[in-house]
Amino acid sequence: MQEASTQPVISVRDLIVGFRDRNVLDRLSLDVRSGEILGLVGGSGSGKSVLLRTIIGLLPKRSGTIEVFGQNLDGLDDGPRRALQRRWGVLFQNGALFSSLTVLQNVQFPMREFLHLPEHLLDEIAATKLAMVGLSRQDANKLPSELSGGMTKRVAMARALSLDPEVVFLDEPTSGLDPISAGDFDALIRTLQQTLGLTVFMITHDLNSLHAVCDRIAVLAQGKIVADGPMSTMLASEHPWVKSYFRGERGRLLEHSHEPLPG
Amino acid sequence: MDSDVSSPPLLTVSKQPSSTEMIASNLWTAPNADKLDRLIGAFLADADQRPAASIDMGGVTAFDTFGAWQLSRLAREMKAKGRELTIVGLSARYGELFSAVQQTSERFGGHQEPRFAFTGLAAIGAAVVAAWQSLLLLLNMLGAVCAAAFRAIAKPSTFRLTSTVNQLDRVAWQAIPIIILITFLIGSIIAQQGFFHFRKFGADDYVVDMVGILVLREIGVLIVAIMVAGRSGSSYTAELGSMKMREEIDALRTMGFDPVDVLILPRVIALVIGLPILTFIGAMSALYGGELVAWLYGGMSPEIFVARLKEAISLTHFKVGMIKAPFMALVIGIVACTEGLKVGGSAESLGLRTTSSVVTSIFLVIVLDGLFAVFFASIGM
Repeated sequence: MQEASTQPVISVRDLIVGFRDRNVLDRLSLDVRSGEILGLVGGSGSGKSVLLRTIIGLLPKRSGTIEVFGQNLDGLDDGPRRALQRRWGVLFQNGALFSSLTVLQNVQFPMREFLHLPEHLLDEIAATKLAMVGLSRQDANKLPSELSGGMTKRVAMARALSLDPEVVFLDEPTSGLDPISAGDFDALIRTLQQTLGLTVFMITHDLNSLHAVCDRIAVLAQGKIVADGPMSTMLASEHPWVKSYFRGERGRLLEHSHEPLPG
Repeated sequence: MDSDVSSPPLLTVSKQPSSTEMIASNLWTAPNADKLDRLIGAFLADADQRPAASIDMGGVTAFDTFGAWQLSRLAREMKAKGRELTIVGLSARYGELFSAVQQTSERFGGHQEPRFAFTGLAAIGAAVVAAWQSLLLLLNMLGAVCAAAFRAIAKPSTFRLTSTVNQLDRVAWQAIPIIILITFLIGSIIAQQGFFHFRKFGADDYVVDMVGILVLREIGVLIVAIMVAGRSGSSYTAELGSMKMREEIDALRTMGFDPVDVLILPRVIALVIGLPILTFIGAMSALYGGELVAWLYGGMSPEIFVARLKEAISLTHFKVGMIKAPFMALVIGIVACTEGLKVGGSAESLGLRTTSSVVTSIFLVIVLDGLFAVFFASIGM
């Protein structure tokens, strides 16, 4: 299950997604390999969230194929599709925690629905998940409206991980966090990815995150992946958007403050 | 992912003279968590125990947080009973996960929520305190609205006329059809019941008195106020509540606007102007309904009905009804806006506040009507 295989976990081929007369994604192809952290970057409105939402089946596509764990999502009936959905977790940009449930109940929700576990086990395992994302017992009975931005993201992460998925999709996990919390969250993603052997597909705008956690970066522009590879490839790219993003003012600032990634 | 007959069991226990040997195999993952829980629970509950035990994890083909938690629970509970558990053969790639889970479950430890013995009494106390606080909030809002009204009178240019007219359109003008329909039906029903019962002792003529007085003094204004509380009060609460949730009210405050001036005063004023108008329209519609039923069902011609009505009612009855209307509007507006501002961060609280807004304002409208009845009786109106 956690062994690296040559087959990609997510494989997107010639994907076209559009609204009305405009194609947001235009013949896009992308692979996500097992056990890697892929960072997807792109300008605002370039369709990053559209790509993520299409892969997890929230948006319809016009054409192209999407395979997750080697299975084409189009041909699946409800049963197998649900079994597949249990193998991934999603962290939405604003957390999307259920506002009427407490933190603990939010984390328990998928387990309660999918696994038939006794109540004490639900409590204990949800508490373990919360501890793994760095929350304390006092936070477990809070309501989402009482949480800070960073805590909301952590709870959302715990909920995304509640069924022990193999893949997690993160939509801007560090947006809206201060740099220190964002750095902590990056470290958390790294740790969880290593301990749980996760494959991570993450949308981010945060150059720090890209430096710190991503094994591979894919750049989305004009509806296509225009560059794809580790940080060194990005820095060498001649594509104008990639150039201004990674080698612009902010990119240079980072280069001075960070050691280049090994490899 | 149920284990087949052919697949190896999750846990095999074999008892040796001095120790217990367990062999774990198959999938120690979420779908098997329930089975594992029972197996380990049964093992721990077994009275016939050896001082030492070992578990061979070599046969486990998949291992996740759920499996790791069960293994750490086994280790923890055996340790608590003073027995030794040796874990062998746990593959390196699962070791990290196991130690992470073990650390967290030790950190959380066993902890129970304190139980309070007098929860019933505590709930009553909390309800009394909450009722008192919501009364204070209502008075606070009444004061704030009055202060805002005085500010607007002192400096009319600050008054938001456009917003008020817009609200007036929504709460009064757009409500006219439904108000006419409801009060027409109520007037007709009162007249029909009157004829049906009064006819038995030949008091047909007094139906007109009953319809006239009841509609003008009580029913007209009460029905209209209840309709408006349900229709406009709830929408005020929902609007202000969702603005509160999306921090729009905080944004107004930081720009130096008082939300009471900008949002609440125009809404309350619109209700105070709109409700008497609707009451008048409603009363006329109810009288018309009564007249129609008197003609078609009671056999009383419209001329006689109007002549009888002139004798039966005086301007006082009309005034009593109309005087109450703006006060009821004020109650509905204040309650709706107070509840709207009480909305917290969750969708649930929005629903709760909207319900509470409608229930409280209808309750207070009826209480107010009772107080007015006592008042008018004592001044002889």
